Amino acid sequence: MNQWSNFTKGFIKESPIFVLVLGMCPTLGVSSAAINGVGMGLATTFVLAMSNLFISALKDFIPDKVRIPAFIVVIASFVTMVDLVMAAYVPALHKTLGIFIPLIVVNCIVLGRAEAFASRNSVISSLVDGLGMGLGFTFALVLLGCIREALGSGSIFGYKFINPTSDGILVFVLAPGAFITLGFLIAFINRFRKTS
Amino acid sequence: MEYILIIVSAILVNNIVLTQFLGICPFLGVSNKLSTAVGMSAAVVFVMTLATIVTFLIFQYILVPLQIAFLQTIAYILVIAALVQMVEIILKKISPSLYQALGIFLPLITTNCAVLGVAILVIQKDFNLVESVVYAIATALGFGLALIIFSGLREQIELNQVPKGMRGTPIALVTAGLLSLAFMGFSGIVK
Repeated sequence: MNQWSNFTKGFIKESPIFVLVLGMCPTLGVSSAAINGVGMGLATTFVLAMSNLFISALKDFIPDKVRIPAFIVVIASFVTMVDLVMAAYVPALHKTLGIFIPLIVVNCIVLGRAEAFASRNSVISSLVDGLGMGLGFTFALVLLGCIREALGSGSIFGYKFINPTSDGILVFVLAPGAFITLGFLIAFINRFRKTS
Repeated sequence: MEYILIIVSAILVNNIVLTQFLGICPFLGVSNKLSTAVGMSAAVVFVMTLATIVTFLIFQYILVPLQIAFLQTIAYILVIAALVQMVEIILKKISPSLYQALGIFLPLITTNCAVLGVAILVIQKDFNLVESVVYAIATALGFGLALIIFSGLREQIELNQVPKGMRGTPIALVTAGLLSLAFMGFSGIVK
């Protein structure tokens, strides 16, 4: 497969969130502001790319019967690394994302790519696939984060564009807003995919 | 009193699915039919309680004394995966009928982030063993409550004419949003 299309498929065509509907928990949980989406997305991208790389390199040594536990150990190691690094260098962001960082381990996207792609493709394609899927995930998180932040607090990436003393539509930064915004976004993207 | 607070908070006020966004995958995935939703809820109550007890003991008596608490994530996910597998084998042997009912849900639970989430949350919240167990059971019941209400709603939606573009996931998410809005009415009962 052409590496470029392998890389770009994660954005719209096989977007983990909009099309495959995987990894919903962090998507809904951290998208109340665009900047959280960036942090979470990049953390997941690192884990995806590295675990894809290692699993693809080790695929001939891992016995088929214990492959899932083996994949989980590889993934969990990288998640622990991300967790510790973020706690040390970006403590504020680490605190906001909270429990969703260790929970990257059980993000269906990561294990899904390991099982469906990395365990049967070459090292380079797997790395590219991991990066593409991870950045596609980041793109979706940031898009959702921007919409919710703009509607909910009247700002994007923390820059307020409405009267600073007034609030946005509060419900969009709260839990119900996450579900409703994502629902309409998926409906919109479905339409876009079908016409193009 | 303290336990009642934990229970009310975990089931209604801080419902794991609708306000904390954990366990969304099974929430969206197995909520098409009421009967499967009930089976899944039962399996989650069972596994979540067991997993919280086991991981709590492992944290307090193995990870902390050896000063390797930073390996929490790796240790927990392995323990949960092994536990689920073990429960599956034991159930198959001693109670085939229960296995029939819960069997297909058990492998799905390993990647249910609510189970790992609760195991990590009880450590973060500094609960003791009894509080942890109460919290785990209440959280699982909250998950079951949300799942069962939601599957009932989805069965009704099936019978209605939904606009073409909204069919499937979009309408399910919007419904979940409205359900979550309803649950927000409980906020304020417990601080």
